[in-house]
Parts: sequence; structure tokens; C-alpha cells
Amino acid sequence: MIPGFGITFGFTIFYLSLLILIPLAGLGWRSASLGWAEFWRLATDPRVLAALRTSFWTSAFAATVNVVFGVIVAWVLVRYRFPGRRLIDAAVDLPFALPTAVAGIALTAIYAPNGWIGQWLQPYDIRIAYTPTGIVIALIFIGLPFVVRTVQPVMEEISREVEEAAATLGANRFQTVWRVILPGLLPAILTGFALAFGRAVGEYGSVLFIAGNIPFVSEIAPLLIVIRLEEFNYAAATAIGAIMLVLAFVVLLTINLIQAWSRRRFGYGG
Amino acid sequence: MELRVNSIDKTFSGFHALDNVSLDIRSGELIALLGPSGSGKTTLLRLIAGLDFPTGGAIHFGDEDASKKSVQERNVGFVFQHYALFRHMNVLDNIGFGLKVRPAATRPPKSEIRRRALELLDLVQLSGLEKRFPNQLSGGQRQRVALARALAIEPKVLLLDEPFGALDAQVRRDLRRWLREIHDRTGHTTVFVTHDQEEALELADRVVVMSSGRIEQVGSADDIYDTPNSPFVYGFIGESSRLPVRVEDGQVWLEDRTIGLDAQNAPAGPAELYFRPHDIDVLEGCGGCIAGTVTATRRVEARRRIELAVGGPGHRVEIELPADSAVAEGTRIAFRPRAWKLFPAH
Amino acid sequence: MADSLALQGSFAATPETPFRDPTGESPVAKWVLISIAVAFLALVLFMPLVAVFAEALRRGWQVALASIVEPDALASIKLTLLVAAIAVPANLVFGVAAAWAIAKFEFKGKAFLITLIDLPFSVSPVIAGLVYVLLFNAQSYFGPLLNSYGLQILFAVPGVVLATIFVTFPFIARELIPLMQDQGTGDEEAAISLGASGWQAFRLVTLPNIKWGLLYGVLLCNARAMGEFGAVSVVSGRLRGETVTMPLQVEILYNEYHFVAAFAVASLLAVLALVTLVLKAVLERVYGRGDGLRGH
Repeated sequence: MIPGFGITFGFTIFYLSLLILIPLAGLGWRSASLGWAEFWRLATDPRVLAALRTSFWTSAFAATVNVVFGVIVAWVLVRYRFPGRRLIDAAVDLPFALPTAVAGIALTAIYAPNGWIGQWLQPYDIRIAYTPTGIVIALIFIGLPFVVRTVQPVMEEISREVEEAAATLGANRFQTVWRVILPGLLPAILTGFALAFGRAVGEYGSVLFIAGNIPFVSEIAPLLIVIRLEEFNYAAATAIGAIMLVLAFVVLLTINLIQAWSRRRFGYGG
Repeated sequence: MELRVNSIDKTFSGFHALDNVSLDIRSGELIALLGPSGSGKTTLLRLIAGLDFPTGGAIHFGDEDASKKSVQERNVGFVFQHYALFRHMNVLDNIGFGLKVRPAATRPPKSEIRRRALELLDLVQLSGLEKRFPNQLSGGQRQRVALARALAIEPKVLLLDEPFGALDAQVRRDLRRWLREIHDRTGHTTVFVTHDQEEALELADRVVVMSSGRIEQVGSADDIYDTPNSPFVYGFIGESSRLPVRVEDGQVWLEDRTIGLDAQNAPAGPAELYFRPHDIDVLEGCGGCIAGTVTATRRVEARRRIELAVGGPGHRVEIELPADSAVAEGTRIAFRPRAWKLFPAH
Repeated sequence: MADSLALQGSFAATPETPFRDPTGESPVAKWVLISIAVAFLALVLFMPLVAVFAEALRRGWQVALASIVEPDALASIKLTLLVAAIAVPANLVFGVAAAWAIAKFEFKGKAFLITLIDLPFSVSPVIAGLVYVLLFNAQSYFGPLLNSYGLQILFAVPGVVLATIFVTFPFIARELIPLMQDQGTGDEEAAISLGASGWQAFRLVTLPNIKWGLLYGVLLCNARAMGEFGAVSVVSGRLRGETVTMPLQVEILYNEYHFVAAFAVASLLAVLALVTLVLKAVLERVYGRGDGLRGH
């Protein structure tokens, strides 16, 4: 009835394959052609393992911080009316809009030992920039909107009746929030966590400047890929890249599973 | 528990939602608040629950002034129109919620909470569904869970806001009968809000008819149906016919003729006559009656409804006759209401 | 909530226990939460933004301006505009085509196709660069082949464009797909039954319906295209004046300890981000979208 399926569908598949799928498949093919033994040797290199560990834990920690504060920010934006609310609401998307390299050097300017905040911590021997803490700070910055923007719309949908029902049953406000509202937001919170985590694991630009990039201490996996590429060590880069890609797929799958589980059980997506 | 509503006023930013409403509810009574939307019935229910606060007046539970208590302290069972079940809890946890959130001193042990929840589940005839989530239940089942959850806290009064409003007709009828049974077994003082007169008249011991923030009439189904005390109640509940008349010399006049109705106590002057279409006598000749020309007839359930044009200006009134009455359009019919009421014309 | 607080005084029946909205927090809890949120955002979001401009202007605006009009910086600005001018229209055409196929027709595997379109959001930008390096490097099959035709992909502008297209790939499509799905096929069917061609139906019926969503997607796509760092840095080779985009220029200047110059170029990108946020807020008002960027 409506024309254009053939040409638009064909073009979609062509463009998608050419630019995304074939290049990604190339990565898979390259890592497969390394052979299992070689792949294993490259993947279990101590520096690679250290970088993966650093990426994983800093991302998990940053996503956890984002969940705590992201939920508070979303709550404040949804529930309260106060001067500056609209401005804050718009500003939450800043990390989406600000190029990561810019965020990276700005955060470094703040947290370096002679920086805006760093200079006040220096006398107490607290170092943020050039340590894993600095990585976490950068990952908090880039991950925040994922949690807020995932939780916020679900929070807006909470029916007033449900909160009133809890109150008539004798629950005080804290019990209502803790036992009724937050558990109801759990699918959205988990999804937000997974999105923030997934983005953080792959993040490069904002971390590069603040991390210090000390091997075995503050070197993240994406950076190690770049280092190997600059050495023209494509095999090593491929191995790390393949692991990262698998991790990204796991995160994507997790998000889909959370949403499917939530829809099946509670009748709404995350 | 007796419930006394004393001169309650409620305004929402200038809008008068409730205007000096007073109501006494006896212990164990099943009361319906009936009215069109915007009549203030849900507002009154929410004020009793403590979900909202009155602008003036007081609410007593027994001898206690409940207006001094928060919603949590009032211990009312409230069933919401859209059930308001907790979607992330299964049926059993929903029912047990009110007991679980009690302070440690009065909280029953876990096993006891579970036992009571299962017992209530049995009472609402949903045994076996305790592991289900609300999303996996039908509308009627959700409403039963909501009721069980409200009963679990052993409420002083049970309040239901349009409890069957979101269900289809057949389920509504079943649940109505079932709610009556539950009420008779548990004996809770119960107030429910509805806009469905059939539901109110069938279910309630007494019906409170509300309109524009006021109580129009309180009474049993018989009182409300047989002796409505205002044009609103006549119009809102059941069918009614209205005819502009005049009172003179203790008689009701339609234009230049009396219609055979005594009105000794009514003030002289223009008035409106209200009667039920079915509550009339058809007369042969017409010495003191209402006579009109049949303009339309239609079959309504077991009866035939006749529309008549009465008097010079052709006022339209409806009467009901047995279904087998053969009445052609254009014929003349004379009748006189058996039960009727006069209200001043406005 | 403000209402109930304001009315406390007139709550005649219980002067000693003011009414508390059962669905709201106490004023104290409310202001504590607002303070936490504002303090957190000030620390995490506003301070870095302010730092960019403050550091850029540390030695006065003349110095900042001079570092922007310096030839390498100007070349990076030009390249950034060029890359966006190619990547955004390319993804725009793709986005419209994909949304048309997905929203107006039924076929098997649709959900999977949508997942594939979203895939670049889940993949690290460094991986996006890496896959093109593997495809076009000197030891690969395609690299030398294309080179023999005089076409250099890696460490040249085409590589930068390809990497940018990869990371901005889903922006417009994922904006249009739900929008066009919501609008259904009724309007187009009506237009075609009245004798319109498919192209006319799209131009006269579909396009007016999706124009705000389209603009929204273009806005986000453009912001990311101009700001992309990781993917581009892998394929660029950083040939000054040739393959250095603005974010790479920031990095080069920063690593050479030209901090003011680095922040000056960075502040241009920050202005771009602010303009994007303002336009985004305006578009959300115009076309009634309140859910931000839906998590990417």
C-alpha cells in the first residue's frame, strides 16, 4: 500500500552493514584468526588484566554513586518546585552535550594537585587527579544523565494513589519511600546503572587527562587499546577490543533482560 | 465504630467542594455516598480517611476527634478506585504490608502476618494466588486483593472509592453481592463512594445523595426512591417527570384546570410537580386529571414508556404502562400521579 | 504541597497538629534533598563548565582569542565543521530511511534491527576507531587496495568522517523511529489513496509531522559529531592542519602545556554544548518531549 519499503529497507541494511556490522565483524574475525592460544596469551597479559580490572571497578563505583545521587536529583526534579528547577533539569544533559575531551581537561583543572579543589586537598595528602579516584570522578560526570533520564520518567508515572494507599495502611513517609516507591523504581534504577556502567567502561576522552595513566594503577582498558595501536601492535589491540566488545554486549543483554523481566512481572519496562 | 461528620467545609483554591456537611454513621452500617462527579463525595471520603484536611468542621471516630490524627494514625481501610496495589509485591506481601510497617512493639511476628494474610486471601476467595503479582491478576481479582489489604490492618472504618468503577458490568454485579456478604461477616462500618445509583440502592443500608458539595438526602433505598425530597434527587435517581403547575385554594392547577391533587400545605403560587412515570393511575374520563396526546412510545424492559404532550404549550411528560398496552400516537390519555411532590418553581 | 502549607493556619479543627500531605515530605526533608541535589550538581556539572571558561580567560580574552585564530586552531575548526557537514546529513538520510522502513511496514526481526541500529551507543568510541584501523591499516586487505587507487582512509579525513559517522550513527534514527511508529500509517495511506506518490506523501504528510523530532535528532547528532574524541583520535594520526579536529586540537595543546590555548579552543566546544542544551530545551517545549535524551 505505502511504497518505498524495498528501497528504504535495502538502504538501511546496506548502510548499517557497511559502516557498523562489517567493521565490527572484522574485529571478531581478526581476533578469531589470532588463534585461541595467542588470544589467551594477549588477554591474560598482566597489564591488560590490570587495565580491565581498573575499568571495571571504577565504572561500577561511579555508576553506584550515580545511582544514589541520580535518584535524589530525579526525585527533586520530579517532586519539588523551587527556583532554578528548569535550569537544573536542562543542565543534567550537559555531559551528553559537552565533548569528553573538554570535560577531561576541565576536571583535571579542578582536581589536579594545584587545581581549584586539588590545592585544598594537597596539604592533607589527598590526591584525586592521576589516581583511580580521578577516573571515578570523570566517570561520575559522564554517567549522571543516564541514571537521571532513565529514572525520571518512571518516577513521574508513580500514581499518587499508591503512596496514599501506603499511608492509609499505616506506613510513615520514610517507609512509603523505602518500601513502596524505591522498590517500584528498581527496574529503572538497574537499567540506569547498567547504562551508566556500560558508558563508563568504554569511556576514553574524559578519563585520559585526569587518570595519570600509570600502568597497573590508573590505566583503563580503552587507553591500553590506543597505546597498542600507536605501537602498531594490532594483535594486542584486537584482543582487548574483543573483550571490551563482549563486555558491551553483556551490558546490552543485561539491560534487555532487566526490561523483559520487569515487563513480565510488573507490567512496565525499566 | 461510629462515625460523625460535623459541619465539614472544604474549599480548593476558591472552589467550594464541601459546604457544611454533617452526617452520622452508625456502627456497622454500610453507607453509600452517591452523586454525580463533582458532587464532593470523593472529597468527603478522603477527608474521613485523613488523606486531605477540611477547611472547617470536625470528624469523630466514636468519641475520638479524628481530625487531630494523621492518616497513618486513623487506622482506616481505604480501597482506591484503581486498586493502588504495590506492583512490585506479590499478593501476599501486598496484604501483609500494613502489618509489616507497624512499629516493632505492635508488629505481629512474620509467621503471624503470613497466617493472617492467607486467611484474608481465603476470605476474598483468592486462595492459591498468593504468589501472583498484581499485573498477573484480573481487575476483579485486584479489587479483592485491595480489599483484603485494607482489612488486614483491622480498620476502624472501611472506605471504598468507586470500588467497582473500573470493572465490566457482570463482574461489578458479582463483586457487589460479594462485598455485601463480606460486610455482613466482618461487620465493619463501611462507606463507599459511587456514581451508580443501582449499586448504591442495592448494596447500602443507607444512601447519602450528594450534589454540588451538599448532602441532598440521607435514607434507605425505599426512602430515596419513594419519597425523594428535592428535584435533584427526583432527577438523579430513577426516572421522573416534571410539570409546571400552580397552587391555588389548596389545589394543584395545570393551566385553568385542577388535576385532582390536594395541596393543602403547599404555599400558593407557581410550582413544579414531580412524579415517577410508573407511579400513576390511568383514568377513563377526566374530572381532575392530567391529559395529554401521545407523541411517542417505546419499550423499556418490562414496561412501555409513553411520552405525552400536556396542556397548551405541550409540556412533555413520561408515564409508564404495562408492556401490552396498545397505545397509538395521537391518542389522548388521562392519568393522575399516585405519589408526587411539589417544589417551588425557580 | 505549597497549598497545604499555606493553609495550615486556617486549619481550624487541629491547630496543634498541622496537616501533612501524606504523599509529600516534611519541609525539612524537602530542603535537605534539594540542597543535596543542587550541591552535587554544582560540584559535578557546573564547576567543570565554569572551569573551562575561567581557565581560558586566565590571561585575558585577547590571549584566548589569539589562540583560537591561530592557523592550526582555525584548521581544526574547519575540519570539525567539514566532518559534521558530512556525517550529519549521511546519518540523516539513513535515519529517515530506517524510520520509514521500520515504522511504516511490518517485517520479521524488526526489534533485532532496532537493537543493531542502537549498537554504536553501547560500543566504546575507541572500539569504533579500532575497527576501522583493523579494516584499513597497511597490513589489511582494504587499506593497500584503496591506497593503490589513491584513496587514503586511515590517518586522513575519510577515516575521521567514518569514525564520526559510526559514533553518531543512531541519533537521528532512534529519534524518528518511535515518533513515526506513534503516528502510524493512516495519514500516508490517505494521501496515497488521494493520488499522491510515495515521495509526495513523505514530503507533504510525513515530514511536517516529524520535523521537530528530526531537528532534535540532528541537533544531538551534530553535538556529538563535533565533539567526538575517542574514535577520531584513534584514526586521525594527528597530522596538524590536516586531520586534527577541535577536540584533538584541545588534547594536543594541553599535552604541550599550552593550557590557556587548550581551554580557549575547549571553551568554543563548551559554547557549542550550551547552545545545544538551550536549543534542546526549546525544542522539547515546542514538541513536548520531556524525557531528555532517553539515555544514551
